[in-house]
This record gives sequence, C-alpha cells and structure tokens, in this order.
Amino acid sequence: MTAPALILSDVQQAALIRKLTALADDEIILAQRGGEWTGHAPILEEDIALANIAQDELGHAGMYLELRRALDGTDADALAFTRSADEFTSSRFVELPKGDWAFTMLRQYLYDAYEALWLDAARKSTYEPLAEVANKAFREERFHLQHTALWVERLALGTPESMKRTQDALNALWPYVGQLWQPVEGEDGLIEAGLLPDLNAVKTRWEGLIVPHLTIQCGLILPPGGAAQPGRDTHTEYLAPLLDEMQSVYRAHPDTPYW
Amino acid sequence: MTAIQPQLTPQAIWAVLDTVPDPEIPVVSVTDMGMVRDVQIGEDGAVTVTFTPTFSGCPALHVIRESIGQAVRDLGASAVEVKSTLTPPWTTDWIKEDARERLRQYGIAPPAPAEDGLIQLQADATRCPRCASFDVRMTGSFGPTLCKRLYVCDACKEPFEGFKSV
Repeated sequence: MTAPALILSDVQQAALIRKLTALADDEIILAQRGGEWTGHAPILEEDIALANIAQDELGHAGMYLELRRALDGTDADALAFTRSADEFTSSRFVELPKGDWAFTMLRQYLYDAYEALWLDAARKSTYEPLAEVANKAFREERFHLQHTALWVERLALGTPESMKRTQDALNALWPYVGQLWQPVEGEDGLIEAGLLPDLNAVKTRWEGLIVPHLTIQCGLILPPGGAAQPGRDTHTEYLAPLLDEMQSVYRAHPDTPYW
Repeated sequence: MTAIQPQLTPQAIWAVLDTVPDPEIPVVSVTDMGMVRDVQIGEDGAVTVTFTPTFSGCPALHVIRESIGQAVRDLGASAVEVKSTLTPPWTTDWIKEDARERLRQYGIAPPAPAEDGLIQLQADATRCPRCASFDVRMTGSFGPTLCKRLYVCDACKEPFEGFKSV
C-alpha cells in the first residue's frame, strides 16, 4: 500500500482512527451475525451465500484495520478479539440478534445499500489509502446488494406470511438504522477536508435507492423514523454475549498462530 | 553478500510464477489470474513480488503469498518479499484469454467484461460453459469460493459455476 499522500494533523488522525474503527466494528459484528446462520440457513445455497457475504465483510474490516495499523500500529486481531463491549464502537443496528430470515435479509440489505453508497463516495477520498480500500471493497459490495435486494423483493411479494415477516422486520429495524448515519467525533472536519464522504449526501442517495424499492416495488409500509440516535458508545444488551462467543477461542489461546 | 544466481532474471521469475496454481482453481495460475503485478530484483539478489488480492476476504491469500515466496526461493533467491497492493484493484478483465478457455473446459463460466462500478440491482448475462447456451438460471449468487456464483443450464440441464465479473 502506498504511503499516505497528505499529512494529517493530530486531531484529524484521531478522528480518522475513530471512523476506521467504527467502520470495521460494524463489519465485524454484522459478519458474526451472518456467521450464526452457517449450517442453519433455509437452503444450502443461502447458507453458502451468507457465509460468503460475512467473509467479504470481514475482509473489509481487515482492510479498515490495516489502515488504522498504518496510523497507530495497532494489531487487527487484538482489536477484534480483545476489546470489551465498552470499547467496541459498533452501531446497535448490527448488534440486534439475527432474528428470522426476513430480518436477516432486510438488515443486510439496508446495510449493503449504505455500505455500497458510502464506499462509492469514499473512492474520491483525498486520503489515498482509504480511496484504494474503497475502490476494492465497492466492487464486492455490489454483489451483496444485488443479492439481498432480490431476497427482500421475494419475501415481500411472496406469501402473506413472508410479507408479514418482512414488514415486521422493517418495523423492528427502522428505528435503529439511523445510527449508521451518525458521525463519529471529529468526522465533520474530515468531511470538510475531503478525507471522508459527506454523510448527508450519501444518506440522500441511500434513501433515493431503497425507499422506492421498499415501498413501490415491494409494497412495504415505511414506519415513522427520525428518532434521535445515541452515540456509538451506547450498546444493546446483545453485544456483550456476542463478543463472549466470538472472542472465546482467541482469549483462551492468545499465543496460538491462527493457521 | 550472496552472489546473484545466474537463473534469477525477471523472465525466469515470471516463468516460475506461471506454474504457481490458484489454490482454489488449480487449472489457472496466479499469473493467469492477473494477481502478480510486478517483479523486482534488488542489487543483493533479494526479490520483491507485488501481488494484488482477488477478493479482500479470500481465505486463500496467505497460501498464495507463501506459494509465491516458495517458488521464488526455489529459484535460488536469497530473500523474497511478497508485497500486497490494492491499486489498481483487481478485475476479472485481467484473466488471460487462454486461461478463460481453461476455466470454461474445467466447467466454470468465464467472467463477462467488468462494468465500471455502476450500482445496479440486476446481474450480468452468463453463458453455459458446457453447451454455450444463454438459457441459464443463477441458483446461487455466491458459490463455494468468493469469486464464483452457481448456475443451472436449462438447455443441457447441467449445473455449473460462473466467475463473477469484478
């Protein structure tokens, strides 16, 4: 990877580390939730698909944490496997339990659209290492979005039961999804400097893509949103047990090579 | 200081890398796939190979890195560094023509030309590697590896894997 082309101030560096970590934390937690379906998905192909998606998201987390390592020398494995719930900066949206298949697909869809559009914008980052990562991850994310968009359609337009479950999932997820758009401390400065995408512009594109799809094409009813969102230091009760399970092997054998 | 081995030329290194298979698709090599981007030999004979990952979460990456290092060491290099780069990002357009044919004979539909980054909700058209029909259905948009999808051909009734266009 090429060296950063611009010199970051201490304030910018601290904010960028916070943002990279928040991006990685969302990917890690959502990948873990996706991984919970391995061996349990409704059909074999979907078992494989969700495992693929989770693997890609972990690959993205790895790239974000590699960018962080270049800034402060921290190790990706140590960050993922030794931090406690208090130290994680995941959004509550990705922490929620995996739920049923409709919940899983709808959450992944809302997230994939957010991630694909954020990455698309991040390709223009003035921070070259981030632009490189965004270019790479964006190509992968398109496949997730195509896949989950199709599932949301299939479920919403399927049987009365699948329609009901998809609407229930939307009702349950919508109050939480706004947290993805909450900036980290100092993010505004990085946006002004062109290092990070303008979150509001990305959000406008996201709404333009998913709202007509969910309502006009899929016939779902958008619940009221717009509730105030807590910061990324506020977690659900579900994060700590997830980390207990995810980190148990690493914590029991911290010196074992991973392969 | 180690003397530079006479056989240690960039051409020889490229040639040996042509024999390093992709661990997940053994009919193609790491150079067939366009993963090797650059080979440099330092004055002391140390070799630097720059490679680019196909997918960021590909579990075979460290196997590929080790295989590249081993192949170059076997040529007599005193030291080998395998560096990763993300720029430009890997694209299936870099898969060599003859390798596409080997993929097809192996039963994997080669990728269509990559689109440049448009976000769309529909996938590309794919041709059956067995009977060349376009009368195919995707049965899984993700396959046994990150780079492939699953299809069934309604003309010859065979299931097959297809490369994603990236």
